[in-house]
Amino acid sequence: MIPLSWYMALAAILFCIGVCGFLTRRNVIVMFLSIELMLNGVNLNLVALSHFLDSVRGQAFTFFIITVAAAEAAIGLGIAIALYRSRRSVHVDTINHLQG
Amino acid sequence: MFFQLFFIYCALMIVASGLLAISLRNPVHCVLMVLVLFFHMAGLYLTLNAEFLAAVQIIVYAGAILVLYLFVLFLVNLRDELHLTAFVPSAWLGRIIAAGLALGLVATIPVFTLGEKGVWTVEAIRQATHTKALGQELYANYLLPFEIAGLILLVALIGGLVLARRNQGERVGAAGECEATACSAAHADHQEVLR
Repeated sequence: MIPLSWYMALAAILFCIGVCGFLTRRNVIVMFLSIELMLNGVNLNLVALSHFLDSVRGQAFTFFIITVAAAEAAIGLGIAIALYRSRRSVHVDTINHLQG
Repeated sequence: MFFQLFFIYCALMIVASGLLAISLRNPVHCVLMVLVLFFHMAGLYLTLNAEFLAAVQIIVYAGAILVLYLFVLFLVNLRDELHLTAFVPSAWLGRIIAAGLALGLVATIPVFTLGEKGVWTVEAIRQATHTKALGQELYANYLLPFEIAGLILLVALIGGLVLARRNQGERVGAAGECEATACSAAHADHQEVLR
């Protein structure tokens, strides 16, 4: 069988990859993707622990985390679209001023 | 032995695709790398006897959330538009912070001790099937959180609609009106340019 520590190490590494992406990238979409990576690291930890503890409590938590991740993606991408729209209008306004 | 080889394969693929996902320049490639990562994550859930979660991982994460990301990427050209200022001054500082966090987390794993065991052993889950076990846990012990999760989804639905709506000619607050007028001015300019 696979020892629990392997799963926990992989989950920690995945979480830190997400942290690294969130801190270093500047693109909003990739930052959201990094948050998904972090949530997946936590999910893997919860599922592994619930398997090794003979309980389905961690899997129920994973279920809720997937729900929250879906909601976060919807809201975050809505904000991204709104931000894009406002920035684009700002761009066109400056061009208008330059033309006089 | 087979399980360990499968775990090592999945772990390598997860780490590699995760690193590629945060380092590739094109956001579409990043999303596709995360798709690969989610599939291998579902494989790991299978080794943990969580078939239902593996299916949910593929259906909800890969099928719904990532498709939403792809839709947004293709709808609006975000490649050079949406950049925020980074949270840390230089990229190397962020990488050092993440590497230090990873070292600290991995170093604390050996001192971790398991708590007391629950009632759902592998045999019990096999007898009741995994979906039924998870459903019993959800509806017996976590009914209120389940309802709250439904409410969160409703909030996300309404919030997404309100945020992505074109608010032209409607009163939704000063900022929205400003944006609407700027948008209509932009449209007028665009039409003039086209003429």
